[in-house]
Amino acid sequence: MHGMINRAIQCFLRDTYGAQTWSEVVDKADLGFDNFEAMLGYPDAVTLDVLSATARHFKKPVESLLEDLGTYLVSHPNVEAIRRLLRFGGESFSEFLFSLNELHGRARLALPDLEMPVMRVKPTGDGMFELTCAHELPGFGYAMLGVLRAMADDYGALVLLEHQGWKDFGEEVITVHLLEAAFSEGRAFNLVAGEELSL
Amino acid sequence: MKPQEFVPIEQSALDVMMPMHVLLDAQGRVRHVGPALGKVCKIDGLIGHDLSDVFDVRDNGMARPEDVVGGALPHYTKLFLTLKSGPSTALKGVAVPLSDGRGELLNLSFGLSVVDAVADYGLNVADFAHTDLAIEMLYLVEAKSAVLDEIKQLNMRLQGAKTEAEEQAYTDTLTGLKNRRAMDQVMARMIRGRLPFALMHLDLDFFKAVNDTHGHAAGDAVLEVVADILREETREDDMVARVGGDEFILVFNRLVDHDRLMRMSERIISRLEEPIPFQDIECRISGSIGITTSEFYDTLDAEQMVHDADLALYASKHAGRATATIYDPAKHTALPGTAPEVRAT
Repeated sequence: MHGMINRAIQCFLRDTYGAQTWSEVVDKADLGFDNFEAMLGYPDAVTLDVLSATARHFKKPVESLLEDLGTYLVSHPNVEAIRRLLRFGGESFSEFLFSLNELHGRARLALPDLEMPVMRVKPTGDGMFELTCAHELPGFGYAMLGVLRAMADDYGALVLLEHQGWKDFGEEVITVHLLEAAFSEGRAFNLVAGEELSL
Repeated sequence: MKPQEFVPIEQSALDVMMPMHVLLDAQGRVRHVGPALGKVCKIDGLIGHDLSDVFDVRDNGMARPEDVVGGALPHYTKLFLTLKSGPSTALKGVAVPLSDGRGELLNLSFGLSVVDAVADYGLNVADFAHTDLAIEMLYLVEAKSAVLDEIKQLNMRLQGAKTEAEEQAYTDTLTGLKNRRAMDQVMARMIRGRLPFALMHLDLDFFKAVNDTHGHAAGDAVLEVVADILREETREDDMVARVGGDEFILVFNRLVDHDRLMRMSERIISRLEEPIPFQDIECRISGSIGITTSEFYDTLDAEQMVHDADLALYASKHAGRATATIYDPAKHTALPGTAPEVRAT
């Protein structure tokens, strides 16, 4: 697993719950070190160990933690870069949804070793969409729930999201119901970082 | 030339397909400006004017002669334009003639300048044709910067870790003094540099008794105090290494004067003899010292010097301890249990 993913989990726990919590999870997972490098690679088992240690620590199912992780990745200022790169996908929430079809390819432009899930978005009529998400590590779909929820806020859209479980072949399915594209202001996005502060 | 098909197209369609185009009349004056270009340079400054009032225009001199005559610009060839005022944004362009000599159509775009231009002119997605790669370019530049930043920081952390690891490899954990590995390095460097230096081998007297009587914790405390003393009694340039349980080697940079070395040794020994408190007891030790200097040798060899300092040290021990001896090739010839050395000169 690319270090970027492990680092995301680390930063999520540290920024949301504090350094102490991260230390405790590290101990429970028996890592032997307490800091992931975003640019290095790690065995897949390490990611699974950290996730299950986190679940044990909070006595919560992994799925809900992954969802919180997804929300964090889009809304926390420390990871603003991720939110920006996702917003390049489209000017409206529905355009953004369709850009998920290319997310795999886009991510590879920046980090060829980063295994992003392969996603397919198709409209199913009446403002409804179906997102299918496939990855070696199951559970990415739950992180996407958090991402979609936070991105909807970012665009000012009102949506209903539901994880439909697993299809055959380990694919997760999420239904998205776009109730209103411009429900609220949303957050500003300028093509060049740092411009949001002017005007 | 084949008769060209005539394609009628509304001016507003041009605005959609080429947001940064310019229409020039037969006299080479600007008739119309695409909406995005209007953001880059004020339209009033352009309409009715010569292009050259607003832009510096260059080409590569590669236009065919027939494409240069009778127009404001060379046609069908690469053009390079720079704004005359404001940010010196660099633009790329191509110009083609309109039919019936009605003027020219010039299409412009940013090249690498797109990143700065978006910030300079407050451009957004709507200012680019849907077919333009500008958005992908901006995404790529941003992603690349983020990745490079991470890599740069990783490199710094790795560099720091490497330095720390090297430090640790050369340090004695208990006392913080250098260790034998470091000593070997230092001696090799001094010998290569042909600088005069003295080598002092210090052996603590009665240290074993401290360990045996008061335990290893007391012994460790004593060693830490010894290390402090040696650090204080040596100069910046000198090196102090712990090379054994109670053995130390000191290297004195550029110091070969026998009197000075003896005085320093005596000072060190009398400081070592001051009682060292540990919990509610006082530990008492002393030190025996053997010294050699680089002046004794035609060819410098680290092992030989350490050996000779050992011979001098042995002489100190033999003379009753708590004393320092400078190596004398005539007198100090062998360690007990070994044959006297036959030394090549």
